[in-house]
Amino acid sequence: MAESALGWSLYEKIPSSLDVGHATIERLLAALQVNRWEGRDLFHIQLAIEEAMVNAITHGNKQAEDKVVEVEFRVDPLFTFMRIKDEGAGFNPADVPDPRDDDHLECTNGRGVMLIRELMSEVRYNGRGNEVTMIKHRSKEDQSAELSEDQEDLPAEN
Amino acid sequence: MTGDSMSDRRRMVVTKVGDLAIVKFSDRKIVDSANIEEMGEEMFSIVDKDKCKDVLLNFEGVEFMSSAALNKLILMDKRVKGVQGKLRLCNLRAEILEVFTITRLNRVFDIKKTEAEALKAFGISI
Repeated sequence: MAESALGWSLYEKIPSSLDVGHATIERLLAALQVNRWEGRDLFHIQLAIEEAMVNAITHGNKQAEDKVVEVEFRVDPLFTFMRIKDEGAGFNPADVPDPRDDDHLECTNGRGVMLIRELMSEVRYNGRGNEVTMIKHRSKEDQSAELSEDQEDLPAEN
Repeated sequence: MTGDSMSDRRRMVVTKVGDLAIVKFSDRKIVDSANIEEMGEEMFSIVDKDKCKDVLLNFEGVEFMSSAALNKLILMDKRVKGVQGKLRLCNLRAEILEVFTITRLNRVFDIKKTEAEALKAFGISI
C-alpha cells in the first residue's frame, strides 16, 4: 500500500467477512477525507462502495470462509478509483430489474446495483460479472468549494 | 413534548404521543448488517407487539444509510399499511433524501422536512 500526504492507494485480498469489509471501507474513508473529499461526493462514494462490498461478500462469495474479495482503491483530490472482485459465478447487471419501475418499487433487491450506476462517474463490470470498477470524479461544485478554502488560506494582501 | 418511552431497544428510542410512536435512531451510520437486522426487528415490533398503527421515523442525526436499511423501511411501510396505519419519515439529511429521490422511494414514503410538519400531518400540534 502506497501512502503520501495526498494520494493514496490500497490493494488487498480480504476474507469474505462483512466486518473486515467495513473496516476496509473505513480506511478508504479516512484517505478520502485526507484528500479533502466531502459532502455529496463523499456520500456517493461511501454508498457505492458499501453496496459493492456487501454484494461481493454476501451475493458473490456467500460469505464463504475459503473465498476472498480483491480490493483495489486509488484516491487523489480529484479522482477516486475502486475495484472489487469476488470469486463467485458473477451476474449480468442488465438482468437486474430496475427497482424504479412501478412493478418493482417496493421490492427489496436490486437497488445497490442501480445506486452504484447512478452515483458514480463511471462503472464497468468484467465479462463474468464478478468484478466491478467504479470511478468518481470530483464534482464541479465540490471543486469550487475546495478552491474557496485554498483562497482563505492565502495571506492577506497589504 | 412529553410522551411515554416504550420498551428498551438498542437501535432506536421510541416515544409514544397518543397513538403515535415516534422513532429516533441511535446510530449515525446505519450500515452494519447485524445492526440493520436488529433495527428492522425493533421497528416491526412497534407494530406487532406494541400495536401502534401510526409511526413517525425521525432521522435527525442519521448521516448515512445503505440500501439494506432502505429495504427495512420498505418492509416497515408494508407492515404499517397491513394494519391500516400510517408511516411518515422526517428530518432526512439532504444526501439521504437524494437517495430516496434517485430510487423513487420518495413516491412510496410520506416524507416531511421536520418533525413538526410530520406531527401536524398526524393531527398532533405542539
